[in-house]
Amino acid sequence: MNNFTRGVTPVAQKDPYADDVTQPFWDATQKGKLMSTKCTKCATHVLPPQPRCFNCQNDKFEWVELPGTGTIYSFTVVRHPLRPGWDAVVPFAAGIIELDGTQGAGARVQANIINCDVEKIRIGDKVKVAWEKVSDTYTVFRFEPA
Amino acid sequence: MTLKDKTAIVGVGSTQYWKRGQSVPETELSMACTAILAALDDAGLTAKELDGFAIYSSSCDPATVGSVLGVDEIRFAATLTSGGGGSAGSLGLAAAAIVSGQAEVVVSLMTLQQAKRRLGGTQVGDAPPASGGGGSPYGAGGIPPGMAFMAHSGLMSPGHSFSLLTQRHMHLYGTKREHLAKIAISQRANAIKRPTSIRKEPLTMDEYFNSRIISDPLCLLDYTMESDGAIAVITVSAERAKDLKQKPVYIMGSANGGMGRWGSAIFSYFQMPDEYFASSGHRPVAKRMYEMAGVGPKDVDVALLYDHFSPMVLMQLEDYGFCPIGEGGRFIDDGNIYYEGGSIPVNTHGGHLSEAYIIGMTHVREAVEQLRGTAVGNQVKDAEIALVTGGPAGLPVSGTLLRR
Repeated sequence: MNNFTRGVTPVAQKDPYADDVTQPFWDATQKGKLMSTKCTKCATHVLPPQPRCFNCQNDKFEWVELPGTGTIYSFTVVRHPLRPGWDAVVPFAAGIIELDGTQGAGARVQANIINCDVEKIRIGDKVKVAWEKVSDTYTVFRFEPA
Repeated sequence: MTLKDKTAIVGVGSTQYWKRGQSVPETELSMACTAILAALDDAGLTAKELDGFAIYSSSCDPATVGSVLGVDEIRFAATLTSGGGGSAGSLGLAAAAIVSGQAEVVVSLMTLQQAKRRLGGTQVGDAPPASGGGGSPYGAGGIPPGMAFMAHSGLMSPGHSFSLLTQRHMHLYGTKREHLAKIAISQRANAIKRPTSIRKEPLTMDEYFNSRIISDPLCLLDYTMESDGAIAVITVSAERAKDLKQKPVYIMGSANGGMGRWGSAIFSYFQMPDEYFASSGHRPVAKRMYEMAGVGPKDVDVALLYDHFSPMVLMQLEDYGFCPIGEGGRFIDDGNIYYEGGSIPVNTHGGHLSEAYIIGMTHVREAVEQLRGTAVGNQVKDAEIALVTGGPAGLPVSGTLLRR
């Protein structure tokens, strides 16, 4: 926990505390694959997984692999450390990513955006997933400029 | 049947306002009792006659308050769900209780002491949560399965959330930090004239731009302050209001809720459809509220807009129809929100940004005082109709129109 890197948000937990629904997502991350659930009826992507499709209320989903690329939908650069030790982490960029291969809203992810100049990133910038293996059960996703 | 004009606010009471934590040795319970008794007294009523609680954001436990105050019989105890978004809507809940015959003298209130508990830090608590339980993704214990998707994002506070909405608004519409500065400066100018205000130093554009950025594009002065205090208001039927001490302030229209897919919106969701991501989430609430009241934005004389973050004032100006969507910045540039010479004076009490943060109830108090003609410092001449709002936040958000 003390090996802080500027711009990279530390990961506190060592496990995703997955349940039966979310386990496939985390299993795929171990292989470097970004997956989403997709409604079997209307093909709407829902991520994180939910009990029902917000578009057609169906409760059946399949897991599908996404390209792992996307677009910055909105972002902030956090400059004030809210956790002890995070003065070594700020400034860092974090934002909402719309994932390629999805419809956007309903399957957006929140993520740390790394390997970028935080003074220069913009909404609409193309990004790609960047993985960090935390433990044998947990690999986290971040994004970096594509 | 609607609630229009069938009920009235007849009493307002409050404690003083303190900076965060400074109300000790008072407690949230003691402050709630003080505010409720003051509001009843203001109306010419007693604790014996109080029979309803219409609250929001878990402001108090009616069971405890009822027993401490020796209330004869509680006939209605209900809350709007979620948080501060329900402040203005709790008045509509009180009206609903009265119009449906369930209760006669209903209190809505907030009591807040941020000594141990800090609202802005709810997602970054230092105490590790119990294994597998809820709480902070940055604690050492377990987290709910859905939380794992955002736990390492670095987005962890309300300020971060509202930064994302603001950044998108700036991207789409060219909104600038200068616009946010003008909101903060306008509200500080209003606050300076009031003894209740916690922030009384004049604020200049230079000072705004020299204050530190917390999370782009928001600086310290775009954030609410943290404070302690309690405010209560008493609502009764319009009929009963005629015989009480104060000039009644009628509830013309009230609505709470929002688009389903606004959902919890901020804090952990962010899946709102594109057409209203960069908004306050209030548009459908505004529409229903105006329809119930039978008036429109041009009829409103003073707007008390929930302002935990300055950009949410701008977005509510759009969503409540004072200007077109995307025009909030220009509307502010044209001087419309100022007490002096503005077309719609906004947050004449100084708001959360400069007077005190009691989760929306300072706005309710100011609306009532404006319509009684007793507003301190910034009375809008002949104010007849006031708008008061709660949220932007997770649903429900709410808006209420009051008239004298």
